[in-house]
Amino acid sequence: MNLRISRSDFIIALAPLIAFLLALVAGGGILLVLGKNPIEAYGVMLDGAFGNEASLFRTLTRATPLLIIAVGICIAFRAGVINIGAEGQLFVGAISAAGFSIYAGAQLPPILLVPLTLLVGMIAGALWGAVPGFLKARFDVNEILSTVMMNEIAVQLLLFLLSGPMIDPEQLAQGTRVPQSAQLPEASWLARLAPPSQLHTGLFIGLAAAVVVYLLLWRTTTGFRIRAVGQNRDASRYAGISVPRYLMLGLVLSGALAGLAGAVEVTGITHRVVEGFAVGYGFSGIVVALFGRLHPLGAVPSAFLFGALLVGADKMQRTMQVPSATITVLQGLVVIFVVSSDFWVRRYTARRQARVATNMPITPEVTPATPSEVSA
Amino acid sequence: MVATLPSGHKRIDCAEMRGVSKRFPGVLANQNVDFDVKAGEIHALLGENGAGKSTLMKVLYGLYRPEEGQILLDGQPVTFHSPADALARGIGMIHQHFMLVPSLTVAENVALGMKPKRGIQLDLEEVRAKVRQLSALYGLKVNPDAYIWQLSVGEQQRVEIIKALYRGGALVILDEPTAVLTPQEVKELFVTLRTMSEQGHALIFITHKLGEVRELSTRITVMRDGRVVNTTPNQDVDRRKLARMMVGRDVLFQPDRPPINAGAVRLTVQDLHAKNDQGLPCLQGVNLDVRSGEIVGIAGVSGNGQREFAETIAGLRSAVSGVVLLDGKPILREAVSSRLKAGLAYVPEERMKHGIIGSFSVAENAILQDPDDYARGTFFNFRAISRHADQLIRSFNIKTPGSGAAAKNLSGGNIQKLILARELSRKPAVLIAAQPTRGVDISATEYIHHVLIDQRSAGVAIVLISEDLDEILALSDRIAVMYEGCIVGVLNREDADVETLGLMMAGVTDHVN
Repeated sequence: MNLRISRSDFIIALAPLIAFLLALVAGGGILLVLGKNPIEAYGVMLDGAFGNEASLFRTLTRATPLLIIAVGICIAFRAGVINIGAEGQLFVGAISAAGFSIYAGAQLPPILLVPLTLLVGMIAGALWGAVPGFLKARFDVNEILSTVMMNEIAVQLLLFLLSGPMIDPEQLAQGTRVPQSAQLPEASWLARLAPPSQLHTGLFIGLAAAVVVYLLLWRTTTGFRIRAVGQNRDASRYAGISVPRYLMLGLVLSGALAGLAGAVEVTGITHRVVEGFAVGYGFSGIVVALFGRLHPLGAVPSAFLFGALLVGADKMQRTMQVPSATITVLQGLVVIFVVSSDFWVRRYTARRQARVATNMPITPEVTPATPSEVSA
Repeated sequence: MVATLPSGHKRIDCAEMRGVSKRFPGVLANQNVDFDVKAGEIHALLGENGAGKSTLMKVLYGLYRPEEGQILLDGQPVTFHSPADALARGIGMIHQHFMLVPSLTVAENVALGMKPKRGIQLDLEEVRAKVRQLSALYGLKVNPDAYIWQLSVGEQQRVEIIKALYRGGALVILDEPTAVLTPQEVKELFVTLRTMSEQGHALIFITHKLGEVRELSTRITVMRDGRVVNTTPNQDVDRRKLARMMVGRDVLFQPDRPPINAGAVRLTVQDLHAKNDQGLPCLQGVNLDVRSGEIVGIAGVSGNGQREFAETIAGLRSAVSGVVLLDGKPILREAVSSRLKAGLAYVPEERMKHGIIGSFSVAENAILQDPDDYARGTFFNFRAISRHADQLIRSFNIKTPGSGAAAKNLSGGNIQKLILARELSRKPAVLIAAQPTRGVDISATEYIHHVLIDQRSAGVAIVLISEDLDEILALSDRIAVMYEGCIVGVLNREDADVETLGLMMAGVTDHVN
């Protein structure tokens, strides 16, 4: 009995990794069609991600925002809400942090400036998550739709701010009007860990976030209620838990972390917000979270792997002369394979439970299919 | 001579299992079991949860292969490698959880998995005709063109029976077929099953309900701990004997009840009105007082407002008007959590959906309502949690591998014990128990009754909602009958009998004072 359980737990834990490798195999097929040798291409990719110190640092730098976003996504999913809005939450987090640092930076002592800048980013992201959270809690609005729409609003807001109220004064002076913000005061920059690489202290913020969220979810009463609501809303309500409050909290915390990721990216790497800043990070963060089995500590290796994939694929594109879309395709394949591995795992566990249940019959619970399920 | 059945298939005169043993890792599910069933017979297979009934039948149906023993059909030894082999030999099984595709019609479901006779084209017209013919022959009212999702649970079960007949089921195994049915549907099912046995089918009926066994079967085999205790004709046994065989000791159907020692009124309900899920009035002026140390039973035909009554008191359904006092304090405007704090405990009707979080551990479920009591500040004190869980497991005799096991892996009776243990550990003033023993096996039922009586002695005011009149009569001090959203009368236990209650449940109240 014990042996069997541990073996299947092993399979469940490995499923995303197997899916990842299968995605690379499928991607190899596409490389073949493009007339490239997949083995050579993947060799270049591996080298680009881990080949030397510099590339390893690049991987870690790239993994940092993904990790912070993914940790937040874990909270939302554990609360039973699907946050597709990390992208928008990251944008508003980044632009708010930049705005705060640019306009308030001179008045504040440097020791306060960095934490406050990050805090502003978190609050902005939290507010951006609170809107769909409130709609979900109060009116049962589907959070997938509302978070996606909030992304669109965030993109337009960013563009408006960068080309109008927050535009870089130098761009105005030169009359070029490239939509980008002024540079952040140097006092608000995150320290670089190993110049000349861009690796910065944000990595530690990400790792700390993973540990804190792990403790929150599994060691505190708040996390207990978040998970209870995520697993069974009815039973939670029967147990006196305010379900709307915790649904909303899930999205608010998730948004706060995405906002933090934006703030970390702007204070750690770019030092200003430009158009097209961090595009796609929010969505990659969701995949990282899924890949880490929606566990904040699982997100750590998962973010590292995805950081490597992105950095390595960049190198592959430059060296092997494949179209840049190939990278997007490769990422897409990983998403599809990882998400469907989740489906197979669920089927596998369901079948295993059915087998166990024959030893130990539980009460009959037959739920006749409802019309809505059929049409879904 | 080969006898045929009205369904057009060959009949099985005798199916026999000899010396069957089946092992699972750590469990000997069947140990040297002998079992047989004959054409025209309804053979009940009776036993507690986990006695090995389903395993034995899954061996017969080809889902499991036994380590030892053999299966004989009409004297010929057979080996089944899969259910397809069993089906080909005329053995069908109807599972507790129906295997139907909701988005397909009845006829399409029946045709599903059958080999088309002509090329790749499926002759649905032929299937439809056959379904009509079978439903006429066996009195199974089903429209072949209805979609499964449109059908009630009872109708879906009829589709399963038709499916089994269509595929040549001469011997049909029914795994706890009544567990999901209303009493009316149970009656219809029994008529169908009798018709089938008269037509020459051999039927095996897996259950743990004594009443049904006595009513329906011709022979009874009782299993316990993977072995057959006894096989006997129905007329040779009674409920008490069967229960003793099942459980291995005498069962008290009537728990000992110390004389009532009722105290102050703890729960007062005045002129309570509420609406049901469809927005129609379902509680229309309910009045009730429950005192400390008494059990008030609420009897009634399902759907007369009992469920909504419990939900409104518990705070899960908003009341339209009325007053509910708990120890004199109005609670109707309070949130669920403050009602719980005020001393209300609730054992919900649907325990899997509302009572527990299946994926959470036993220990986590044990602190579902008051996690703050097991934390220092916001951080959990895991030692206190497992101490609490272990204590509940011990004092309520909950069978679980440990406090860390997922609650959904417990049996129904043990889940119910867990819920009851959790609710009572909060030392409630008022306990609302809705259908506390539905779907629970005899030993657990006996235990739960015993716990309710104990709590009564300890001064808890208990509201017992049950559709099982025997249970109401065995436990209650007073019995309130609900009919169409009102309490049409309250009787003292001494004045109540099944006939009077039955009339009141049907809305006839003329003769009551």
